[in-house]
Amino acid sequence: MTDSLTIAGKTYNSRLIVGTGKYASYQQNADAARAAGAEIVTVALRRVNLSNPNEERLTDFVKPDEFTYLPNTAGCYTADEAVRTLRLAREAGGWNLVKLEVLADQKTLYPNMPETLEAAKALIADGFEVMVYCSDDPVYAKMLEDAGCCAIMPLGSLIGSGLGIMNPVNIRLIVEQTRVPVIVDAGVGTASDAAFAMELGCDGVLMNTAIAAAKDPIRMANAMKHAVIAGRDAYLAGRMPKKMYADPSSPLAGLI
Amino acid sequence: MLITVNGESREVEAGTTLAMLVLQLSGESGRDPRGIAIERNLEIVPKSEHATTVIEAGDRIEVVQFVGGG
Repeated sequence: MTDSLTIAGKTYNSRLIVGTGKYASYQQNADAARAAGAEIVTVALRRVNLSNPNEERLTDFVKPDEFTYLPNTAGCYTADEAVRTLRLAREAGGWNLVKLEVLADQKTLYPNMPETLEAAKALIADGFEVMVYCSDDPVYAKMLEDAGCCAIMPLGSLIGSGLGIMNPVNIRLIVEQTRVPVIVDAGVGTASDAAFAMELGCDGVLMNTAIAAAKDPIRMANAMKHAVIAGRDAYLAGRMPKKMYADPSSPLAGLI
Repeated sequence: MLITVNGESREVEAGTTLAMLVLQLSGESGRDPRGIAIERNLEIVPKSEHATTVIEAGDRIEVVQFVGGG
């Protein structure tokens, strides 16, 4: 039974996208990404460290020929900064698939939606395939889809908070109205959060801190892999209706 | 002549190209410069032009690469 995820024309078997930040080492990062079964990893673009040219490089551990790199715009607070960053990322890697995020403030890292929409339009006009981090507002999600984004990625809760899916009704509204993949990005804290996101009908989950900040990141990566698969299967299977009272599982006939 | 690389002032000889600068920046590591991108005065310089682009005094150059991020 195949149940694959297609984003911007490319098909993936894994519905779990993982970040590459906050790990103890790039080696641990690579091990966790493999344990998660991830095929796509988010990456950031930063200045080359001129004072230490020999420092370890991400690309030597989490290799671009093993994982699809998804360059992000973390740390960008305006549309212009985000577009500039992703143009450089395209030059560095040669890929058009990107994760756009334009943040509003450092305390919440909440997305600035007007700037996000402006950046999305500019990037799409420039030939990018844009997976967009956004608020869980169905109205803005629709605008981003109409602008041509190839995946809508609403937050479950604040980046790095681990609070889970705070507004499942909005996530479900976005899932129902959206024709491109919907991927919960940010807020997942543990395996049940990931399963819940998938049970809501999301096409995938993107997480970083939930794995990187676990006591045993490799084991948590494995847990997340299973949670996403379980949640997806539960969604496709169709859950039983909830009832107010008990309904015996054993037959009543033949009781002694 | 004086230029700015990644926000830091740096002295380079006249006639230095971007490719030569990248070589200097990679130090003794001798690592290949793939996976970097260069912006000169806010304009991206494609890899194919690194070897022929001569740096001028006062240039502001950014050399970036992929790092871990969420």
